[in-house]
Amino acid sequence: MNAGINYPALAVLIGLFLLVTVMGFWASNWRKGAHLESLDEWGLGGRTFGTLITWFLIGGDIYTAYTFVAVPAAMFAFGAVSGFFAVPYTIILYPIIFIYMSRLWSVSYRHGYVTAADFVRGRYGSKELSLAVATTGILATMPYIALQLVGIQAVLEVVGLGGSSSVIAKDMPLFIAFALLAAYTYSAGLRAPAVIAFVKDGLIYLVILVAIVYLPSQVGGWARVFEAAQSKMTSLNAAGRPVGVFIPSAQAYWAYATLALGSAMALFMYPHSITATLSSRSRNTIRHNATILPAYSFVLGLLALLGWVAIAAGTKPIGLDGRVNAQLVIPQLFEDFFPGWFAGVAFAAVAIGALVPAAIMSIAAANTFTRNIYREWINPHATHAQETNVSKIVSLLVKGFALVFVLTLDKQNAINFQLLGGIWILQTFPSIVFGLYTRWFHRWGLLAGWAGGMLYGTIVAYNVINPATGNHFAGSLSLIPVIGQMGYIALTAFGINVLVAAVLTAILDVAGVPHGHDETTTEDYLADEGDPRIEKHRGSVAPVGG
Amino acid sequence: MNHVERDVDTSTAPPANKALMTVACFFLALPIVALLWVSSYARVEPTLAGFPFFIWYQFLWVFLCAACTWAAHRTILIARPRRRLSARSATGKGAGR
Repeated sequence: MNAGINYPALAVLIGLFLLVTVMGFWASNWRKGAHLESLDEWGLGGRTFGTLITWFLIGGDIYTAYTFVAVPAAMFAFGAVSGFFAVPYTIILYPIIFIYMSRLWSVSYRHGYVTAADFVRGRYGSKELSLAVATTGILATMPYIALQLVGIQAVLEVVGLGGSSSVIAKDMPLFIAFALLAAYTYSAGLRAPAVIAFVKDGLIYLVILVAIVYLPSQVGGWARVFEAAQSKMTSLNAAGRPVGVFIPSAQAYWAYATLALGSAMALFMYPHSITATLSSRSRNTIRHNATILPAYSFVLGLLALLGWVAIAAGTKPIGLDGRVNAQLVIPQLFEDFFPGWFAGVAFAAVAIGALVPAAIMSIAAANTFTRNIYREWINPHATHAQETNVSKIVSLLVKGFALVFVLTLDKQNAINFQLLGGIWILQTFPSIVFGLYTRWFHRWGLLAGWAGGMLYGTIVAYNVINPATGNHFAGSLSLIPVIGQMGYIALTAFGINVLVAAVLTAILDVAGVPHGHDETTTEDYLADEGDPRIEKHRGSVAPVGG
Repeated sequence: MNHVERDVDTSTAPPANKALMTVACFFLALPIVALLWVSSYARVEPTLAGFPFFIWYQFLWVFLCAACTWAAHRTILIARPRRRLSARSATGKGAGR
C-alpha cells in the first residue's frame, strides 16, 4: 500500500463527514413533536416514522460497518462459512421478524413500552427478569458498537491516518469522529441517525453498484473471481489444512445453517433493532418493511463477494504496523482500483455506515438503562425530563465503553465481537418472543434458563482458542452436544436455555409458586395506530394516538 | 374520534380465518426451510454466468423470500380484519408501579 496519506480521498472523506455532522445537529428540529422532554421523543423519535424512514433506519441498523468490513474480510480470509452465511441470515431474518415484531410493536404501543425489558416487566411482573433482559441487552450492544469503530479505524488506516507511533495521535481521528457523533446524538436523539441514514444508504448503494460492475471487469470477470477464490480456499496452510471454505462440505452444513438461524433470531433481540421497530408509526409499517428490507440482503451478498474479488485482485491488506489485517481488505481494494476522490466516497460510505448504527445502538442501550435500571431500581419517581437526561448521559458513557472495548480486544476478528454479543442476546429470546404468545413459562424458570444459556455460551466461547495466537473467544462455532456436529454456540445455549426454562416451569407450577402479575391482555398484541393507549398511573405519560 | 366497541372480550384475539392463517404460515416457513437445508444447494454446478450454484441460488432466494413475505402479509390482512380496541385503564397490583 501507499505509505503516505491519500489526500484526495481524505478531503472527500472529511467533506462528507462534515456534511452528516451538520445534518445530525440539524435533525433535532426535524419532525419535532409536542412532548419534547419525554423519552418517546428523544429515544423513539416520537414513534412517528413511516415505512420509508423505518426502512432506512432499520437498514442503517442492520447493514453496518460489519457489513462493509467484516463480512468481506471473512470471505477473503476464511471463505463461505464464516462470511457468506450472512446472506441466508439476512434473508430468513424477515419471515422471522414478520412473525413476532408486529406483536411486540402492538403491545408496546398500547402500554407505552420503550424497551424489550419494559415488555418483560409488564408481561411477567418480574423486576428481576426484566433486569436480566436489560443487562444482557446493554452487554451485547457494547461489542456491536465496538465493531462499528473497527470499521472506521480500517478506513482511517488505509487513508494513511493513525500511523503515528504516539498512542494519542494514532487514535485521535477516531476520537474526534466519535466525539462529534456523541454530540449530535446527545442533542437530536434518534432523529439524528434517521436523517443521516438517507445519506449513508445513498452512498452505500452508489459505491456497491460501481464496485460490483467495475471491479470484476478489472480482474478478468466473475468466473476468474470464483476460480481465484476456489484455489485460495482449497490450498493448504502451514498446518496442512485447507485455508478456508469455498462451498461448505457436509461437515459444515450444521455450522452454516445454525450461524444463519441463530444470528437471524438474535438480531431483533438487540435493543437497537427494537428501538428502530418501536419508532415506527403503525403495526403494518414493520410488516411492510419485512417485505422490502431484503433489498439490503442482495447488496450484502454482493459486498460479501467483494472479499473474493479482492482475492482475484491480489489485494494485500497490510496495516500501517506492517502486519496483515484482513479487516483492511475492502478499503484497500477500493484504494487500489478507484481514483482518490471516489475512494474517498467509498471510505465515507463505510465510516458513515458505522456512525448510524453506533448512534442508534447507544441510544437504545441508554433507553434500556434508563427505563429498566435507573427508573426501576434507582429512582422510581423519575420525571420524563429526568429520564431523558439520564438517557442522554448514558448514551455518552456507552460510546466511551465501546472505545475501551475496541482498544483492548483482538481486532483481527471483528466479526467475532458481534458473534459473542449474539450468543448473549439470544438468551433473552424466550422471555421476549415466547412471552408475546404465551404466559405458560414461569418467570423464575425463564430467569434460570437465561442464566444457564449465558453461562454455557460464555464458557464455551471462551474455550474457543485461536491455534495461531492462543487467544480466547477466537470463534463462534463449537461441537453441539448430542448432535455431534460443529454449530453456532448461541443456538446450542438457546436450546439449553429453553430446556431449563420448560423443566423449571413445570416444577414451579406443581409446587404452586405464583406467576407474576400480567398487565397485558390478548387483544393488546394486535393493537394498531389510532387505538387508545392504556392509561398508566404516571401523569402525562405517552402522547396519545399516531 | 374512533368508534369504540364496548362489548368485546379483551382477553380474546379478534376472529381470524384459520385456513388463511395456515397459508400465511406456509409462506413464511418456506424460505426458512429452503435456506437452512444447506445440503440442497451446497454445490458448484450448475453455474450461472460464472456464479456457482451455491451463490446464485441464495441470491435468488432474496427475491423469492420477499415475494413469500409479501404474500403472507396480504394473506394476513384478509384473514384477520382489524378490530378497534377500547380504552382501558391499567389497574390492579403491579400495573401502577
